[in-house]
Amino acid sequence: MQSAFSLSFSQSSLTLPNRPLSSPNAAPRNLRFCGLRREAFGFSPPKQLNSCRFQVKNRRIEVSAAAGGNGAPSNKSFDYDLVIIGAGVGGHGAALHAVEKGLKTAIIEGDVVGGTCVNRGCVPSKALLAVSGRMRELQNEHHMKSFGLQVSAAGYDRQGVADHASNLATKIRNNLTNSMKALGVDILTGFGSVLGPQKVKYGKDNVITAKDIIIATGSVPFVPKGIEVDGKTVITSDHALKLESVPDWIAIVGSGYIGLEFSDVYTALGSEVTFIEALDQLMPGFDPEISKLAQRVLINPRKIDYHTGVFASKITPAKDGRPVMIELIDAKTKEHKDTLEVDAALIATGRAPFTNGLGLENINVATQRGFIPVDERMRVIDGNGKLVPNLYCIGDANGKLMLAHAASAQGISVVEQVTGRDHVLNHLSIPAACFTHPEISMVGLTEPQAREKAEKEGFKVSIAKTSFKANTKALAENEGEGLAKMIYRPDNGEILGVHIFGLHAADLIHEASNAIALGTRIQDIKLAVHAHPTLSEVVDELFKAAKVESPASTTPQSVKAAV
Amino acid sequence: MALSSSSFLSTPSLPNSKSTISFASSVSPAPIPSLRRVVFRSHRREMTVRSKIREIFMPALSSTMTEGKIVSWLKTEGEKLAKGQSVVVVESDKADMDVETFYDGYLAAIVVGEGETAPVGAAIGLLAETEAEIEEAKSKAASKSSSAAVAPSPPPPATSSPAPAISQPAPVAAGSDGPRKTVATPYAKKLAKQHKVDIGSVAGTGPFGRITASDVEAAAGIAPSVAPPPPPPAASPTATTAKATTTSSPPLLPDSSVVPFTAMQSAVSKNMIESLSVPTFRVGYPVNTDALDALYEKVKPKGVTMTALLAKAAGMALAQHPVVNASCKDGKSFSYNSNINIAVAVAINGGLITPVLQDADKLDLYLLSQKWKELVGKARSKQLQPHEYNSGTFTLSNLGMFGVDRFDAILPPGQGAIMAVGASKPTVVADKDGFFSVKNKMMVNVTADHRIVYGADLAAFLQTFAKIVENPDSLTL
Repeated sequence: MQSAFSLSFSQSSLTLPNRPLSSPNAAPRNLRFCGLRREAFGFSPPKQLNSCRFQVKNRRIEVSAAAGGNGAPSNKSFDYDLVIIGAGVGGHGAALHAVEKGLKTAIIEGDVVGGTCVNRGCVPSKALLAVSGRMRELQNEHHMKSFGLQVSAAGYDRQGVADHASNLATKIRNNLTNSMKALGVDILTGFGSVLGPQKVKYGKDNVITAKDIIIATGSVPFVPKGIEVDGKTVITSDHALKLESVPDWIAIVGSGYIGLEFSDVYTALGSEVTFIEALDQLMPGFDPEISKLAQRVLINPRKIDYHTGVFASKITPAKDGRPVMIELIDAKTKEHKDTLEVDAALIATGRAPFTNGLGLENINVATQRGFIPVDERMRVIDGNGKLVPNLYCIGDANGKLMLAHAASAQGISVVEQVTGRDHVLNHLSIPAACFTHPEISMVGLTEPQAREKAEKEGFKVSIAKTSFKANTKALAENEGEGLAKMIYRPDNGEILGVHIFGLHAADLIHEASNAIALGTRIQDIKLAVHAHPTLSEVVDELFKAAKVESPASTTPQSVKAAV
Repeated sequence: MALSSSSFLSTPSLPNSKSTISFASSVSPAPIPSLRRVVFRSHRREMTVRSKIREIFMPALSSTMTEGKIVSWLKTEGEKLAKGQSVVVVESDKADMDVETFYDGYLAAIVVGEGETAPVGAAIGLLAETEAEIEEAKSKAASKSSSAAVAPSPPPPATSSPAPAISQPAPVAAGSDGPRKTVATPYAKKLAKQHKVDIGSVAGTGPFGRITASDVEAAAGIAPSVAPPPPPPAASPTATTAKATTTSSPPLLPDSSVVPFTAMQSAVSKNMIESLSVPTFRVGYPVNTDALDALYEKVKPKGVTMTALLAKAAGMALAQHPVVNASCKDGKSFSYNSNINIAVAVAINGGLITPVLQDADKLDLYLLSQKWKELVGKARSKQLQPHEYNSGTFTLSNLGMFGVDRFDAILPPGQGAIMAVGASKPTVVADKDGFFSVKNKMMVNVTADHRIVYGADLAAFLQTFAKIVENPDSLTL
């Protein structure tokens, strides 16, 4: 449902055990786009912008007649400094940063600008979830009564809901396109492929050269074999987001982020849901304590049942007056276990990299289960284990962390490197969120992962927890159900992971992810002040509840300046 | 922690106290006071050798906890449990916590149901080691729950039906496509479990013959708990077309709307039509309530309700007039009921239900009031078990609170008589010496089945009832 869903450890054989520890998901993309857009249109840059930025602008104006784009390549023997294949969120983030760094940049798109996230992922799904959240609230008589509100039966118009999702996708896609156009990124239309070192083909036979190339081709929904997708009764997230129907009973194969978010949408709109999960537990990617609580809130009281430890070995769409038939086999013994008859099935078993036809054979690169192998700096590794010079791969196509904002961060990291500043992205600082009601968010390690690491490296791990029931704002909203949990090192105050389940958890995680990214220790951040009463105090409580042995470091700069 | 001796390991999972609980320092299960272990051992010794059925005890989740409420059972009866799995969520005085099993086995029986409380150390469920022992455990549970002091709950498995009440969703015989298998939607299964309806016995009317939530609700005789959102016009053609082909009736006025009956409303409608086949008659009686009102003022602070007073009075009167408590099942005989169970009509959102005060003549007023509160609570939340609303032998309907001075009730099928109670209001009365005075009078009107109850029977019953109400001291005995 997000741009970059994980290969949700459910059904797929693609499940990678060596996947980066924190699990996948998307972020509130539109917030980010707004930020970028402001920058893109900001022709009167604020004072503190460095002179480099001005040079870029000046150069662009000077040469625009000749080059017709964002400056001239710094090396005259190439058409571009940087060519990005794929204009999804990853490519977009890389392109904007490249222009800011003074690179002449082109982006190639074979489909629509915005990629999965904007068109078939996190963006339209957020529109549907915004509807489901409201429906859920309006239908909850008890909840309304506790506010003293009276609402007569809530209803919805399916087409209206579907339009909201597609309108949002269109709006964000235009924002994205405009932000690149405004900066002068060349948007080249056509399917891109690598012809050879520093050489790219797009469309029928347009060939361009570039000093550096970034592959950012993303992923498509993964459909296990035996499952026949007809787009009507057996569907993937691509179809589901169009909301062409709301079935009475839908089976969702896979209980990762995508499945969970869709279960939230469908049950709010009146469907009953059956989860099919290959592992023994629902929501396998989450911290166990969070998934246990999430199951109690998001699954058990809703019109949802589930089968765990089973594969959907065969799914046949509804036809000839028969419902959708799902054959379930035991995940371990492969024995037939059950046959389900439902009105529709949503395949949410994760996403497969979209790397076919990229011309990788021209540069001797072999994909691994479709993923393009890269090192920690996103440099592509060829069949002999050697780095391919000037070629990078970011986002879902490399499979490191299949999240839209991770792709963007990887793209920015690559641009930093090609403009002379070495940069390695810390994937453990990338937050993930699932936009159910209430939301789930996380950053860093889960408790079992942290304990394993602690044992190996010989340090102690502590846990701090707070409840939303203790938060004034949450109680004012009658949304006290929720838990925040921090895993940390008591000896030096390092945050290892934070997991939040509760109202607006997705927005709350960033204080923790920023602290991890910047290396801020608990003993320092616990002195920071939060407005009262806000949900952010949940995270504040978490920091304050931690018992760290080291003292706070010296007074932070900002405090001195304020005095 | 010496957990090895205890069958359940509690793990703190959700601190829900008012203030934040931090489980700083390494995660450690809540300290378990030694009390529990002692309790456990003594129970265990009692039942060791005979079989491998273990009791699941209410754990002590905090040092101050004396009793706990079952928030939810995470497993259903008959479900297989693996060591370390969470089985039940318990709410203590401080927090909700998951309780995990320390043994492999099957959850054979739930002794204390969801929403009920049990003291620390009391058995709340039974764990059988093998599938074969489940039945044995169930009979044990039946005896257990009758002796369970704090949880006055209907023993779940024993009363509902001899077959296991809850069908297990997962293990349907592999590969056997022979007889048509039961297909029930997720919500239907949930409702069936909640209302202890055997899903195998429900006839499915949904698409492809599947059992839907409304089928289960109809089987349990309740109204839909949450009205589903109006289906989007195009979405479910099957549902609407089926109902569209009803008999032709005069065309609707513009802007009028047709709202189909809920399951509960259909049940009411069916019963009302059925009642037309019974020859009924009515007898009214004015009852002086001054003494009753005075008594009510006295016992009200103790939680006694007017409903309980009236039910108790009716129960005591019925004890002296068994024929009014009888029913005519076949048109040929009197069926005398062994118990006096007073059904009391309650209007609930969009419907009507009659929770039953069982043994109203025998229970004391306070127990009756307590029981009534419980039943009303259950009725509102649609949690009534079938025997709690369909075991009535006599019905009481009171519209006095609306100021209705008298009304006439329809006799529900299967019962001999129903009492309609009006408001008690000041009335000028003349005594035999011609003196006027003002007394509170209430009109009571009883409708009865004339096949078994004759005018004199009913009049005598009413006279007894009036005497009890006018000299209500016996009510508090």
